[in-house]
Amino acid sequence: MTTGSGTEDLLRELTPRVLGAVVRRYGDFADAEDAVQEALLAAATQWPTEGRPDNPLGWLIRVASRRMADQYERDDARRRREDLAASWSQADANDVRGQDDTLILTFMCCHPSLPPASAIPLTLRAVGGLTTREIASAFLVPEATMGQRITRAKAKIKSSGAQFRLPSTAERVERLRTVLHVLYLVFNEGYAASSGPALARADLSGEAIRLTRLVHAALRDDPEVAGLLALMLLIEARRPARVGPAGELVPLAEQDRARWDRDLVAEGVALVTDALAKGAIGEYQLQAAINAVHDQAASPEDTNWGEILALYGLLERITGNPMVSLNRAVAVAMVHGPAAGLELLDGVADRLGDHHRLHSVRGHLYEMAGDRAAAVDEFRIAAAGTISVPERDYLVAQAARLANELGNSRVADRAPSE
Amino acid sequence: MKFMLLQKYEETEGCSIPMTEWKPEDVQAHIRFQQTLNEQLTQSGELVDAQGLAGPEQAKFVVSDGTTAPVVTDGPFPESKELLAGYRTVDVESLERAIEIAADASAAPGPDGVPIRQRIEVRQVMGAPADAEV
Repeated sequence: MTTGSGTEDLLRELTPRVLGAVVRRYGDFADAEDAVQEALLAAATQWPTEGRPDNPLGWLIRVASRRMADQYERDDARRRREDLAASWSQADANDVRGQDDTLILTFMCCHPSLPPASAIPLTLRAVGGLTTREIASAFLVPEATMGQRITRAKAKIKSSGAQFRLPSTAERVERLRTVLHVLYLVFNEGYAASSGPALARADLSGEAIRLTRLVHAALRDDPEVAGLLALMLLIEARRPARVGPAGELVPLAEQDRARWDRDLVAEGVALVTDALAKGAIGEYQLQAAINAVHDQAASPEDTNWGEILALYGLLERITGNPMVSLNRAVAVAMVHGPAAGLELLDGVADRLGDHHRLHSVRGHLYEMAGDRAAAVDEFRIAAAGTISVPERDYLVAQAARLANELGNSRVADRAPSE
Repeated sequence: MKFMLLQKYEETEGCSIPMTEWKPEDVQAHIRFQQTLNEQLTQSGELVDAQGLAGPEQAKFVVSDGTTAPVVTDGPFPESKELLAGYRTVDVESLERAIEIAADASAAPGPDGVPIRQRIEVRQVMGAPADAEV
């Protein structure tokens, strides 16, 4: 028997396998998920003091099953028996294990009937094995509120009539898109780390990477899953360099590239290269490819902006997303000069409304063009429009820096005549 | 997305009588309404925090230059109606949902159960950037 260290990792790793087994046995996902949570909490308190059982997986399945049986005895027995009889017959037909269970559970938790704010915590708990308390603290809401959100999410899945099996081939592509979007949002929550305990949120990025690795392991041939994993790794690689000593955001061009994680870069580059070779290009692969170009440049000046521009062109065509056009405008400016970038922005401005990103990119391009007064105006508008603290701080600092330079140069202009 | 729903001490559109002059059962009904709303928001997985603040008589204003002793002003303040009376923080799917909750809170019952039509200030809490940098 072993004790203590590594228990948490082991429990997280075993969670989807335990849950898969219990759901297959009892048929009810919502109740099984509660029972597994209780078994995990029991293990987390008992194993470090009493020792880890020789067969941790079996222990967890046994304890969760017992909880489930106890609960069913307490509840309205007749109704439960009927429910069980009905669900068993369905569960038998879909008797799958391990990797497949993880995939089925991920599809269930990222059900299209759920908004991301519900799918995210449910996935983290049911597939990731995180406790409600950990999830609540990562998202800065009370545990009771988060617990209710998860309970309601499960009720919604139940009422949508979802079965414990993989989506049909017809639905598969669309359902996988939802899964990948949820995983991307989890990663982004952790990556942004703009508020609250930075550590807890950094953990979310690691968790998103771990979950995406699980989906990738189950769907090795899907190039978009590989693309998303590559994208996460290539962004994560820059984490050590992207926040300055005072917690401020350091823009890509100013980051100390020696601090980038070379192993993550290598893994991400290999993944995306492989995925692209399969020929079914998608948005995550393209975003990963763009990040690969950045991550492989030894210095900002070495960045192959021509390649980035071409990739953004493809991404723009696939997604039709005006936010992509904003990024393409930056690439255009780097290749053809700021005037060309600003011209492109005028073309997409209508579709973006008054989005603050439009103004921050404009500010950046005006500065490149040497029009500091216009840049200051744009950065100020952008700062007033963002809801992100680090982004606002960055934009305010840009506006202040340029206004200051502008003031000094005006003073310098006037100086000779005074 | 998180929003703060703020309410001040100002007279409400539906009620100009201070709460201390309401009938006890109306006060009870008002408090019950607030508690029920908080319970509902916990059940719906949306409540982050709800706090009522002690009265403006107990408020203090503090101003300091960081070196000399701070200037502390005690109440009562002529502008006390401008002070915050309480707030709820909710974590919701959309601005529309935040407005819906604010509307519920605004219609809290006053004397004889008539909605007081409290003015609720809805403010988004700053959070993470919408997506990772590229």
